Amino acid sequence: MAAAVPAARWARAAAALLLGCCGAALASGVQDQAEQFFKSGHTNNWAVLVCTSRFWFNYRHVANTLSVYRSVKRLGIPDSHIVLMLADDMACNPRNPKPATVFSHKNMELNVYGDDVEVDYRSYEVTVENFLRVLTGRIPPSTPRSKRLLSDDRSNILIYMTGHGGNGFLKFQDSEEITNVELADAFEQMWQKRRYNELLFIIDTCQGASMYERFYSPNIMALASSQVGEDSLSHQPDLGIGVHLMDRYTFYVLEFLEEIHPASQTNMNDLFQVCPKSLCVSTPGHRTDLFQRDPQNVLITDFFGSVRKVEITAETISLDPNLSAFESKPPKDELAAEPLKYAEQLPVAQIIHQCGDIAVLDSVFLWNSMEETSAHDMKK
Amino acid sequence: MGLLSDPYRRRALSRLILRLNTPLCLLSYVAGLGWFLALALPPVAPRTYMSENAMGSTMVEEQFAYGERALSYAREFAGHKKKAGGMPVAWLEKTMWNLGLEVYKQPFARTLPFPDETRERYMVKGTNVYGILRAPRAASTESLVLSVPCSEGQHNHQAVGLMLALASYFRGQIYWAKDIIFLVNEHDLLGMEAWLEAYHDVNITEMQSSGTLGRAGAIQAAVSLELSSDVVTSFDVAVEGLNGQLPNLDLVNLFHAFCQKNGLLCTIQGKLQRSDWDTLPAYAHSLQTLLLMVLKQGSGRPQGDHGLFLRYHIEAITLRGINSFRQYKYDMSTVGKTLEGMFRKLNNLLERLHQSYFFYLLPSLSRFVSISVYMPAFGFLILILILKALDLWMKLSKCDAGPAERLWDGDQGAAHAAVEEPRPGLLTLVPPLLICHATGLTLYFLPVLGQHVATQHFPVSEAEAVVLTVIAIYVAGLALPHNTHRVLTGSGSDRGWMTLKLLSLLYLAMQLGCIALVNFSLGFLLAVTMVPVAAAVQPTGPRYLYAALLVLVTPAVTLLLGIFLYQELIEYPVSVLECWQLFLQAVAGGLLDHYLYGSVVFPFVAIFLYPCWLLLWNVLFWK
Repeated sequence: MAAAVPAARWARAAAALLLGCCGAALASGVQDQAEQFFKSGHTNNWAVLVCTSRFWFNYRHVANTLSVYRSVKRLGIPDSHIVLMLADDMACNPRNPKPATVFSHKNMELNVYGDDVEVDYRSYEVTVENFLRVLTGRIPPSTPRSKRLLSDDRSNILIYMTGHGGNGFLKFQDSEEITNVELADAFEQMWQKRRYNELLFIIDTCQGASMYERFYSPNIMALASSQVGEDSLSHQPDLGIGVHLMDRYTFYVLEFLEEIHPASQTNMNDLFQVCPKSLCVSTPGHRTDLFQRDPQNVLITDFFGSVRKVEITAETISLDPNLSAFESKPPKDELAAEPLKYAEQLPVAQIIHQCGDIAVLDSVFLWNSMEETSAHDMKK
Repeated sequence: MGLLSDPYRRRALSRLILRLNTPLCLLSYVAGLGWFLALALPPVAPRTYMSENAMGSTMVEEQFAYGERALSYAREFAGHKKKAGGMPVAWLEKTMWNLGLEVYKQPFARTLPFPDETRERYMVKGTNVYGILRAPRAASTESLVLSVPCSEGQHNHQAVGLMLALASYFRGQIYWAKDIIFLVNEHDLLGMEAWLEAYHDVNITEMQSSGTLGRAGAIQAAVSLELSSDVVTSFDVAVEGLNGQLPNLDLVNLFHAFCQKNGLLCTIQGKLQRSDWDTLPAYAHSLQTLLLMVLKQGSGRPQGDHGLFLRYHIEAITLRGINSFRQYKYDMSTVGKTLEGMFRKLNNLLERLHQSYFFYLLPSLSRFVSISVYMPAFGFLILILILKALDLWMKLSKCDAGPAERLWDGDQGAAHAAVEEPRPGLLTLVPPLLICHATGLTLYFLPVLGQHVATQHFPVSEAEAVVLTVIAIYVAGLALPHNTHRVLTGSGSDRGWMTLKLLSLLYLAMQLGCIALVNFSLGFLLAVTMVPVAAAVQPTGPRYLYAALLVLVTPAVTLLLGIFLYQELIEYPVSVLECWQLFLQAVAGGLLDHYLYGSVVFPFVAIFLYPCWLLLWNVLFWK
């Protein structure tokens, strides 16, 4: 008896030691993983959507901006993280045959104004000064929170601008212009104050490529609807309303974004292919030399959505190395479990195919619980 | 040294001008006339295009379908008009009220300077009726006008009907950002003038009116409609306004665009565009259209009720429905759709129309000639006067120069003869000037003031009395004594007539230049006739030939020939007697236009151009 017990104890101790070593090795791998998780990437998303034109015949610019706003909200960025600047004189314009609506598809298919639009800068508040103040954060203390861009060094910001532009400038509300040099300097100020992690700049105007020529700050990717010397054209003429409802480039970008859901793995290279010359008539351009990562690895949802990164781990990870590591006791029956993989943020298939409330609730619950496990792990 | 300050070069230049004067003048005249004739060529006249961004393309969906309702309103209006024996004010008020418009009426009265043939009385009284459709969601700061003249006889009933049908349709739409005023004006231009003056609270002519009660903000654009048949085969646009002022070309482009969209045949000057544009018949066609516009603009008469809006910086055109013998007819719904489309596009305007041209000529509805292209033609004609004046001046200054300079030049001729004569002062020129201008003033004031005296002594009506007085004074000016200078200095001197001719040439150049800026057609027509003869006339040489030529280019004969050409161009040629009748009517019309609406043509001709012509006549009979 006495001889068997020490043998069993030896075996147990050896197993424990072996397991401990394995565990330690595994734990260090997960540790690296965890550190990696926090080293790269962003933690929050912001969007600044600007429509720089007013007047009834510039209906399409407001429709452009509102469509991008809708997509960005659908993909997860909340109103508190969107700064929307519109002239906002379309929906209630006396010339609008359908008051309180702004349509983006002809035959009035889609009303992008809806009833939950939150416009932060409206009408005459859309000025160059206000725009630059929003970007750089030099805002008077009395400005309400919804009008501020409260980004930090882990924010990915999407900036979308549309209106009338020329070679090196963008016209604001028919009374002033912002030049590409000013914009580049504003971005540099943002970089020096660490107000962004990565920036995606999209512009849909005539000669839009001239606006990103002067950027010199790192981590900026830029897209434009036309090259210098080319005009961006309008799309969707609607006879009932009497104006063009959208611009071509944004129309096709929107069609592209309709395919994106929060779990999409589509990357930026696909966005660069949107709207070739045959559809857009102008030649869209992009600029990635200032961007650190390869566009192949940049997801669309990195900028357009507010996707929480979730890592499922079975081990306990010590975030503070000073704390004493405790042995992890993996349950025996899960040693031979199937390999772990990233769970879907939102089980889209279930939502799309089962329109019942219960399925939605289930998935919401699942999502929320996943949120719980990682909520105190992630820093905001 | 510079070209003009170097004495050698200056002498060379002066020699050039003196020697080559006549060839240069001839060349200049040919260049001016040729340039004008080239205006109708397709490469010179580019295609019209829409300049105003806010109006954009014809992208609008017209849904007007009340053609039948328009015709029933028209029949009702005709019945009530016959019953009332004039404008059925009460019925119009009631109908507009039932349509939901704010109705106002404006009685007006005007004492004519002399009773013309159509009205045959001094006092003209009438009432304008207008209804305002308020924009549902806008602040009534701007408005558009659709006006229909209520003429005598059986005209324009369908226009009133269409206007009322459009009013009922417009009332049901919510997309109006400007108020729309539907105006029915009585006595055509008189009523329109009364309404405009009262609306803008001014008193340019001596119109007595009750003032307007209802206002709708600043008027951005106006369309005057004339339709006298149930169906139309084509739609004609009239652009010439008072004193030759034209509306912004964008309004004409808008009309053309919508006619093309609805498949409506549209014409200008009653002429349809030809599809082949690089053949000789097409060129002749364009030239005819251009000449018609020049003649109409030159007369300074408004070619429609729209002509009076232009003075207030309101762009306006008149649209006339024409029912000719073509096979394809358009009904009221198509016409209504065109108007609806035009008004929807005008509704989109944010500022007054100002992007397109204000000074242009139209050889066809889709081609235009802007001021920068047509002005050089006039410039070449004025160059003749300048060259001739320089020539005279140099000859005169050579007389002043000493013998030494004359030896250098070696020029003979008039300068040599003039030196021996005593130098008369400028005092010799004052009597002819005074007499000519006095004649001009008499021509302006006497006819209307003296019409009662004339009717007492002669068995003619007042209108005829006025016109015949005008002609009498005109002809009497030819026979006035011109030889007052003889009393002062002796026989007529060469220096005298050369100075007078120099003065009158410069005077003529200045007058024609000024009038061409305001009314190019009038300036050009007068220049084409008067300038060569004015440059050529002198007391030496074939005097009777010069006299005949000078009489041929006098403004009155230009008017007569202009009427003759106009009748030829509209393919309604007239005999000499009918032309004379039309001439008398035109003179009466010119006087009435001046007194009633402020036209500038009659005072300009009477007070400035005719004295200048008399001065040239004076030069001719200097000896």
